[in-house]
Amino acid sequence: MATTLDKVDVVTVGVGWTGGIIAAECAKEGLKVMGLERGQERSTADYSMVHDEYRYAIRYELMQDLSKETITFRNSRNQKALPMRQLGSFLLGEGLGGAGTHWNGQTWRFLPYDFEIKSMTDAKYGANKLPPEYTLQDWGITYDELEPYFDKFEKTAGISGEDKNPFWGKRSSDYPTPPMKKTPLLSKFETATSNLGYTPFMLPSANLSEAYENPDGQQIAACQYCGFCERFGCEYGAKTSPEITVVPAARATGNYDIRFGANVVEVLKEGDRVTGVRFIDTVTFEEFIQPAEVVVLTSYVMNNAKLLMVSEIGEMYDPETGQGSLGKNYAYQILPGASGFFEDQMNVFMGAGALGMTIDDFNGDAFDHSDLDFIHGGSISMTQTGSRPIASNPLPPDTPAWGADFKKASIENYTRTLSVGSQGASIPHRDNYLTLDGTYKDIYGMPLLQLTYNFTDQDRALHKYITERTSEIMQEMGAKTVVGRSPISDYDIVPYQTTHNTGGTIMGGDPATSVVNNYLQHWDMENLFVVGAGNFAHNGGYNPTGTVGALAYRCAEGVIKYSQEGGSLV
Amino acid sequence: MAEKKNVSRRDFLKTSGIAAGALVGGGIIGGVIGANTRQDTAAPSGGEAGQNGGAETIETVRGLQFFKNQQEFAVLQQATERIFPEDDLGPGAIGLGVPFFIDHQLAGSYGENSREYMQPPFEVGETTQGYQSRLKRNELFRQGLQKMQQEAQSRFEANFVDLEGEQMDEILTAFQDNEVDMQGANARFFFRLLRQATLNGAYADPIYGGNQNMDAWRMKGFPGHRPSYINEIESEDFVEMDPHSVGDMLT
Repeated sequence: MATTLDKVDVVTVGVGWTGGIIAAECAKEGLKVMGLERGQERSTADYSMVHDEYRYAIRYELMQDLSKETITFRNSRNQKALPMRQLGSFLLGEGLGGAGTHWNGQTWRFLPYDFEIKSMTDAKYGANKLPPEYTLQDWGITYDELEPYFDKFEKTAGISGEDKNPFWGKRSSDYPTPPMKKTPLLSKFETATSNLGYTPFMLPSANLSEAYENPDGQQIAACQYCGFCERFGCEYGAKTSPEITVVPAARATGNYDIRFGANVVEVLKEGDRVTGVRFIDTVTFEEFIQPAEVVVLTSYVMNNAKLLMVSEIGEMYDPETGQGSLGKNYAYQILPGASGFFEDQMNVFMGAGALGMTIDDFNGDAFDHSDLDFIHGGSISMTQTGSRPIASNPLPPDTPAWGADFKKASIENYTRTLSVGSQGASIPHRDNYLTLDGTYKDIYGMPLLQLTYNFTDQDRALHKYITERTSEIMQEMGAKTVVGRSPISDYDIVPYQTTHNTGGTIMGGDPATSVVNNYLQHWDMENLFVVGAGNFAHNGGYNPTGTVGALAYRCAEGVIKYSQEGGSLV
Repeated sequence: MAEKKNVSRRDFLKTSGIAAGALVGGGIIGGVIGANTRQDTAAPSGGEAGQNGGAETIETVRGLQFFKNQQEFAVLQQATERIFPEDDLGPGAIGLGVPFFIDHQLAGSYGENSREYMQPPFEVGETTQGYQSRLKRNELFRQGLQKMQQEAQSRFEANFVDLEGEQMDEILTAFQDNEVDMQGANARFFFRLLRQATLNGAYADPIYGGNQNMDAWRMKGFPGHRPSYINEIESEDFVEMDPHSVGDMLT
């Protein structure tokens, strides 16, 4: 028998970037907010001994415990989906801060092209540029409409950058802090890309170039370039994370509580409204009901989609008919790139997660696609994130993977290898989607989320084209040997690729083809909001967090507006 | 800013050899080494004061937490040494303590797959769907090492640990190429796991029992745990630094 708790104004499911932002904004407006977080509390003090590659980067200390819950996966509808038994391709976070704790901090605004990708592609190349099975659609919001929210997120996070990219959208203000240090390795990339006629600029970073106080009064420290960002927490509080910014800002209002070890298993509904959520205490397995005026799903892409599905809210996407929107347009990220082997040793072990330089000459529609068999592209960057010795064993072609020659070559090249890589856009396809699994369950007895995903011809063409560009850059940088990444065939869930999963709960202008409106308010249930990278109608050519942050501020405004006025916000 | 290594490679190999005798005593490694003269300099180094910037010498007693059978552990030692051998750059897997690292990992959450989804039904999937075996890693390791010994017997009528290096490599390659039958798992997957576990042990922080004396980091030029590179990151030259363990942070 579930215990019913006191009603709150707003409950968020998960406390990472989106849950933290919603909490801070709503609590500042006087709304009583409860954050339900299935993981545990953690803070900067927990990262004082974090420089441990094995524990954090190899054994995934900060990541989701899959023994409790995972997803199932198959490449295509004619296969049987099987559980992702071990983490690999992407790393799901857990605990306060979520993926906002173990991220690198590369903080982008998606391009104006991204938000109106269908209209702009059709206008320029005709409606048949891609075959109809590519379910491309506009986001129901424009870059200009989202710009103030981007600005707000960047000021909260203190992003270090420079407005020198001719291809991105117009900014209402400059970056809050100057760019990070331009190291000798980054200069190699800058010189090479300039020589090739491109326009390099410092990558916008949430590893701050200098100490910063954000508008909420939270302090973020200056990055020390220690080389332990991605998969780690920051022991300096210099990598902007929810637990050092929006979470304390929300708590300071006195209107915010977080309950840890609270695993939400269902969104409760009555008619066309939601009434709260049901959760299980992960320690005692007791069941609770948290009633709320407004429910905001702020967990990761996977779990936001799953909660709507198990709660039977919205119409499930059917790949056969194309009808329904829940689970539709799951996308990932395409990762072209090239490695270069150099003569001299370099300080590759120094770095920061978002220390890099980028060109956008091959992102979005910055280049003409008339004679190309794909759309979009990707940002091309060289980052200096800190190479670590277990994971980094670069081998020139034809070197064995073990034994004496392996040992010599991997040691020799560890400090003599650089790579240039792209965050390639991922265009949605009819056959790539999320649904519920019919066989496997989590420890609470709920079905696992099922992912059906494979790379497409669009992805393979984009990968090949951008890989060629990255190889040319690496050649120009003076590498003695350049190795472009192998062409992609079938998506494989085993090797790590990227934790940039998107879609499934997409936003849009039409209830028939999207799950939420452009305030991230559910089309069918006006007091339910769903926010995160799941809202992306496709994945763009950048890391997602900057755009997730902007959507969260947009959503917070929607929740506040709804709390005052009620009704549909669009 | 650069700190230089304070011992030459030759000195280091010499001292690590001396240190080994004192540490290992008459234990398992001594026995294995005795049976295999090629390994006589590949014993664990460790605890030698003065090489790592004055770190304290801590007496280490080595023992097994997972393996019960010394022959299985001896196969593990030789297999990992073939994957990551001693050479003129420095120690190999045995010298770095990798077999002990793997043993200890197999006894804990890694070996027990305790943070992984192990619910049935188990089915054979596509390669792209990843690990689908019901075997835990420690079960897979035991079976794999026993199969290596069986392969040594069937191919060469000898114990794995008594084979020539090339013969061991032939067996390892057969696993790598998935040419050995295993129960409930496949040989290629086991080989990948063994290879990765060897690299984990070689390069993980020495607090886990491998990477003895941080010698793998020294070979690779990785300084381990350093709080900051803010004063070095703009250097045009490669900066050599003596490594530090994250254990130094524990006060």
